[in-house]
Amino acid sequence: MIKVRIPTPLRPLTRGQGEVEAKGASVAEVIANLDSIHPGLKQRLYDETGELRRFVNIYVNEEDIRFLKGKETALKEGDEVSIVPAIAGGR
Amino acid sequence: MAKMKALVCRECGKEYPTKAIHVCDMCFGPLEVKYNYEEIKKTISRRKIEDGPLSMWRYIDLLPVEGAATVGPHAGFTPMVRARNLAAYLGLDELYLKNDTVNHPTLSFKDRVVAVALTRARELGFETVACASTGNLANSVAAHAAAAGMQCYVFIPGDLEAAKVLGNLIYRPTVVEVEGNYDDVNRLCSEIAAEHHWAFVNINIRPYYAEGSKTLAYETVEQLGWRAPDQVVVPMASGSLLTKIWKGLNELRALGLVSEVRTRINGAQAEGCSPIAAAYMEGRDFFRPVKPKTIAKSLAIGNPADGYYALKATAESRGAMDMVSDDEVVEGIKLLAQTEGIFAETAGGVTIGVLRKLVKQGIIKKSDVTVAYITGNGLKTQEAVIDAVGRPVRIQPSLVSFERTFKMGTTGGGIT
Repeated sequence: MIKVRIPTPLRPLTRGQGEVEAKGASVAEVIANLDSIHPGLKQRLYDETGELRRFVNIYVNEEDIRFLKGKETALKEGDEVSIVPAIAGGR
Repeated sequence: MAKMKALVCRECGKEYPTKAIHVCDMCFGPLEVKYNYEEIKKTISRRKIEDGPLSMWRYIDLLPVEGAATVGPHAGFTPMVRARNLAAYLGLDELYLKNDTVNHPTLSFKDRVVAVALTRARELGFETVACASTGNLANSVAAHAAAAGMQCYVFIPGDLEAAKVLGNLIYRPTVVEVEGNYDDVNRLCSEIAAEHHWAFVNINIRPYYAEGSKTLAYETVEQLGWRAPDQVVVPMASGSLLTKIWKGLNELRALGLVSEVRTRINGAQAEGCSPIAAAYMEGRDFFRPVKPKTIAKSLAIGNPADGYYALKATAESRGAMDMVSDDEVVEGIKLLAQTEGIFAETAGGVTIGVLRKLVKQGIIKKSDVTVAYITGNGLKTQEAVIDAVGRPVRIQPSLVSFERTFKMGTTGGGIT
């Protein structure tokens, strides 16, 4: 199982849980699996063209997936996925 | 009627109440303050601003707070320096430096955004403030929190300049050094902010915080005698400052406080961390995050929150972006110090380096009225130049030693 941290705006879809588990061999598969357990989640993360929305940041074991293989990044048992909306910041 | 109407999503336009939130629930876009410009227009005037306090709060009508400034009353209204020597060196007619190296109280432009953020955080009932920072922001949050009697946590990367670490500790906040770079700190803080009821100035307070940067645009216009410059050069980390300078100029035009704005907004980054400038130079409207490696640590954000909007502002204003190497950053710092007597931190070296490039390329023309934003103080990043400034001339305490060393007729300081 893969542990997934859910940001506040998506918690209404996970009955308030900040951390859930899902199955899948890639980030995309985990999101698909999550969507089957918590319907509506996928639609919130992807835009109309099927790509991750501009302000959605996903990390696998603390690494930004844009430095890995994007949503095709492979996952293995014990990996942790973190979804962080709109990384804010500024010095 | 209140000057703030709502927070609005910059992506999908959904509106929210003016609380401590920064992300759109629907599409995850960033939220921005929506003002009641019709009301503001009725009361604001050049005269009213000129009669206001000698701080950035003279523009309070355009800042996202409900009441008076309760934190950071002295921030802003820094000198606009006519840089005649540097202008002559570069071949420009009219160059100005907006000198936030002397901002009050922590010597960087961050005192502007923090004054707004903490005033607003108090209005929203927070007692604890926090931030993710590359240094300057942490210094400013820590200082203002001390003065305001608020609890304070600052999160910084593990490799900061000594002066920036000390510049936190002296105010006695809780300083959390995170083993990682700024982007790691930032991601962690986004997760902490979701679990704790703190005012993270650049996370859940960000819609208000970021507006403080607009005052740099307002002051620029007022200090130039109510005219907008032809060109500005702005250092970019998250890209927020650049977008807010563009926004500030457009607000003044919309409110009739300046008759026309033809300002080109130019962005500056260091080569070792240039996701936004690289996107511009490759003609992309999106950026690819990078792993920063530059001496310009205050600009070392590899995943810039406002990168997309900075690219947009530069495109709308027909400006340009460019980047400089670490050596050029050091050269820029020295050039600024030796022509204008202003000791800037590395970000200032980036700005001057890029200014120089844009002039050389003919993008900034001789007759263009140009403003460069110098956003932080060199005393905080001494490591960057310590090997590039020479050393004092050492002599015995005797006239003989002096005369022997300088051989009459020679004048001036150190051996470089």
